[in-house]
Parts: sequence; C-alpha cells; structure tokens
Amino acid sequence: MMSKSMVEARDLYKNFGETCAVSGVSFSVPIGQIVGFLGPNGAGKTSTLRMLAGYLEPSKGQAIIDGVAVGDDPLAARKKIGYLPENCPLYDDMMVLDFLHFVAELRMIPPSRQNERLRPICDRCGISPVLGKDIGQLSKGYRQRVGLAQAIIGDPALLLLDEPTSGLDPNQILEIRALIRELGKEKTVILSTHILPEVQASCDRVIIISDGKLVADDTPDALMTRGTASRVTLLFGPSVDVSRDSLKIQETLANISVVRSVSSRVNESESTVGFSVDVDGEADPRSVLFKAIVAHGFPLLEMHREQVSLEETFRQLTRGVDENEASA
Amino acid sequence: MIFFYRTFSIAKREFQSYFNSPIAYIVISVFLLLAGWFFFTPLFLIGRSSLRGFFSFAPALFIVFIPAITMRLIAEELKTGTLEWLSSMPLRDFEMVLGKFLASLALIGVALVFTIPYPISVEMIGTLDWGPVIGGYLGLLLLAGALLSVGMFASSLTENQIVAFIIGVTFCFIFYILDKVTFFLPEYLGAIFQYLSVDYHFRNIARGVIDTRDILFYFGMIIIGLFLTVESVRRRHA
Repeated sequence: MMSKSMVEARDLYKNFGETCAVSGVSFSVPIGQIVGFLGPNGAGKTSTLRMLAGYLEPSKGQAIIDGVAVGDDPLAARKKIGYLPENCPLYDDMMVLDFLHFVAELRMIPPSRQNERLRPICDRCGISPVLGKDIGQLSKGYRQRVGLAQAIIGDPALLLLDEPTSGLDPNQILEIRALIRELGKEKTVILSTHILPEVQASCDRVIIISDGKLVADDTPDALMTRGTASRVTLLFGPSVDVSRDSLKIQETLANISVVRSVSSRVNESESTVGFSVDVDGEADPRSVLFKAIVAHGFPLLEMHREQVSLEETFRQLTRGVDENEASA
Repeated sequence: MIFFYRTFSIAKREFQSYFNSPIAYIVISVFLLLAGWFFFTPLFLIGRSSLRGFFSFAPALFIVFIPAITMRLIAEELKTGTLEWLSSMPLRDFEMVLGKFLASLALIGVALVFTIPYPISVEMIGTLDWGPVIGGYLGLLLLAGALLSVGMFASSLTENQIVAFIIGVTFCFIFYILDKVTFFLPEYLGAIFQYLSVDYHFRNIARGVIDTRDILFYFGMIIIGLFLTVESVRRRHA
C-alpha cells in the first residue's frame, strides 16, 4: 500500500503562533491521479501544499512523497516534486531560456543534455516563441506556462500546483487546464484552487479543506450528487393558456410522489410557462415526470435535468466556517 | 562535485542578475570614483609612490558599498516569493547561501580588478613595494568577504531591501569602528574589541605581513555570517 501511493499526508498540523492554519489533514493520493485541492481562501490549502513541497515544516505529522518522508530526506523528496507556488514567483530579470537552463542545472541535468531535455518541454508548454524574452515582460498566460515548464524539467513524478489558473483570462484558463490534463496523463498532480469549475473540468478527485480541516474527499461526480436533490426544469407550450393551465400543471407535478417542491418560473414568452421541480432521491426523475405529463396531455416543450453544481456542495460543506467567522 | 555544481549555478545566476540591474554598474562606478579620489589625492599632494591612501579608505567605502550589494540577495527573494520556489528545488539552504555569497564576492572582485591600473601607474612613475599591494588586495578581498556575509545575514532578516541596507550598514560600521573606540575602554575589553575589528586585521595584512591569525579571523567571520544566514533562511520555513 505504501509503495502504491504517491503522496501520503499523515495528520498534518501547522501552527503559526496562535493561529492554526492546518489541523489534522490526512489523505493519500495514488499514482496517476489528478487531485483538486479545494477550499475557501485562507482554508489552509497553500500551507498544506507547502508542507508537501518541503517548504514548510509541519508542526506535527508527516508528509511522505513516493515513500520518502519529506522531513527525513528533503532533497530526495524534492527531486520527485515539481512545484509551482501561488502567484507563480519567477525571476523577472531573467530570460526565459536562461531561467530554464538554470532550473535544469539545479535539477542536475548535465549541460550536454539540457537542450534535448528542454526542447520538448518548451514545445509542449507552448513557450518556444518567448524563449528570448525576459520573464518580467511575459503576459500572465505565458508566465504561467513557464511556471509549469520549470516544474516538469526534472521529470518529477508529482506536480504540486498552487492556484495555477488564478488571474488568467478565460481563454488562458482553458489552455492551462488542457496542459494540466495533458501532464496528468503521466504524472500525479495535486492542484489547489478556489474555482469550482476547474475541479469539475480537470480532476479525478476532490479534497475539500475548510478552516484547516479536511471536510470532503471524493470524486467530483459523487460530491455533486451527495445529499442534494436533483432539479428538473420544464417548459410547456406553445399556446398554453397561462392563467388556466399553469395551475393545473403545477398541481399535477406536485402530486407526483418523488417531487419535493414545484416553483413556477417567469414565463419566457407569452405562450409558454416554465417550472422548476426539486426531486428527492438520486435516480433520474425525468421518466416519471414525463409519464405523468403525457397522461394529462400537457404540451411539454422542454425538459432538462440540472446538474447540481459542485458549488452548492462546496457551499454546504464550508458554510459552517463562514458563519463562525461572521459571529466571531 | 554535485554540491559545487548547484552552488556554482546559484552563483552564476546571482552574478548575472547583478548586471541585469543597474546595481552592479552603479556600485562599481561610484566605488571607482571615490577610490580614485582617495588614491590620487595623497599621491599628488604628498608625492609618495604608495597605495596607502587607497588601502586606508577602501574599508570605509565598503561599509556603504557592501550592504548595497548584499541588500537584495535574500530580501528580494523573500518579497517576490522566489525563495519559496527555490526552497522547493533539490538544493540545500547552505548551497544557496554560499552561491549567493560567492556571487557578491565576485562582484567585489570585479570592482577591485578595475583598480589594478592604480598600482601599475604608480609603478610607472616611481618604485612600488609590491608586498603591501598584494597584501592589500588580499586583505580587501577577505575584509569584503567578512562584511558580505554580515550584509547577507542582514538581508535575510527582512523582506524590505532598504531595511536590509540600513541593518547591513549598521553591522558593518560596528565591525569597522570597534578598534577605534578602545581608548576609553578597560584594557582587556579593548583587546577583545580590537580583535573583533575587521579594520584592525586588514591593516595587519595590508602592511604586507600575512599572518594566519588574521586570515583565520576573516574565515571565521565568514563562516559565522553564512551560518547565521542559513539559520535565518531555515527559520523562514520552520
């Protein structure tokens, strides 16, 4: 079991004076997984990643990377890690190519083999056009790519990325996500974020951390269905007599056994009427609804099952903290 | 070997970085300007063919110039967050600190190389005793090393370069002034102060007498300064 997992966080604690940034976080990540590390700002994501990367020493507990305890042999552990810290700190006064060679030197790649190692990485990360520029002149998107490129120079088995898409525009976010997914094919990746679609888009697994504690550890899909009802939106029309039919439809829908509540929605045009139906249970309720509607001959125009977003689950799991903060 | 490879990488990057910013050019040119003034003034006024003027003022110049060189070494990386990135590299804190130290020493070395025309021009117009000159340069390098390690320690204490500079000047000034305040101290304390003064040991070496005790003093001070810097960096991620 030990050898199978790339990362083992064992009961990690980190105190900064009086404040406890991380309290008792444990998890284990198998080889090849892309894990999203999710939490509100200040939840302890960065501190946890820093402990895994060996930058912060845990106050208590142990981080084990590929069988090597970070505290015992930091150098051996760091060789297995490619780390991109928050806000992508790089040497702004260096040329991109010089910087990559510098990283290669620190990674102990002999000068004669550096070019053959760097070229595919530059192509892959799409930074070949900017190799001659100073890092300080790069756009945020390119800067982030350089950050990812430096992380994979040592061919590490594990990538730790702290908010890799923060501050990027939507196009750049998509590009970086694609790159991370691409890298995730051969590496274990832990990325932290507070952007929820990111996790849905690129992660096999989500670890939600709140107030320094681990509050959820599951797949994005499982988290989405966890404890939350599904919601179906229905649209009737055309040519519904709104005042007459909508009450009848609403009644019918409310009488179906799995339906928890029905709310009528604003009419999208003169001749249609919409409903939003919350349904209990995890099973897809659409066929049940459809049969009932057909039985009464209502002119169904559209039926759509909304995925309850991860956002909602996230809010539920981390809500307690916000309330505590508000009362404190 | 592995150890030196990474230390050398850090030193090389740090040295290039000096020349990517105006720091190196400003420090070197202002140093040469002032050093030239202190070199030529006694030479023409007194008409003595020696470098004593230069060698007696250079340590005082270092009090200001060395912290100007070292202030950014660690403070800047703390501020921009690159120290966090660097600390995630397979690199010991000591290798990093030593690399940065060597880069700053190399910069001082470059500044001193530009002063070599001074002894050569003296040699051309008169006869020069090369013993004190070689001793003087060796002494300046050792003195610079000792103050650089102190200045780098100052830089590791803060994220603010200006603060690092002021702390650095204070430290360097104290180590420079120690042997000049002995006259109102009891004798045993005066001896300790004198021994701890970087200028006292420099004057010994600059006379052309290379004594292992003076050299050991500088090496000891460099090692202590580097050790304190490493500890200070380690505290940052404790």
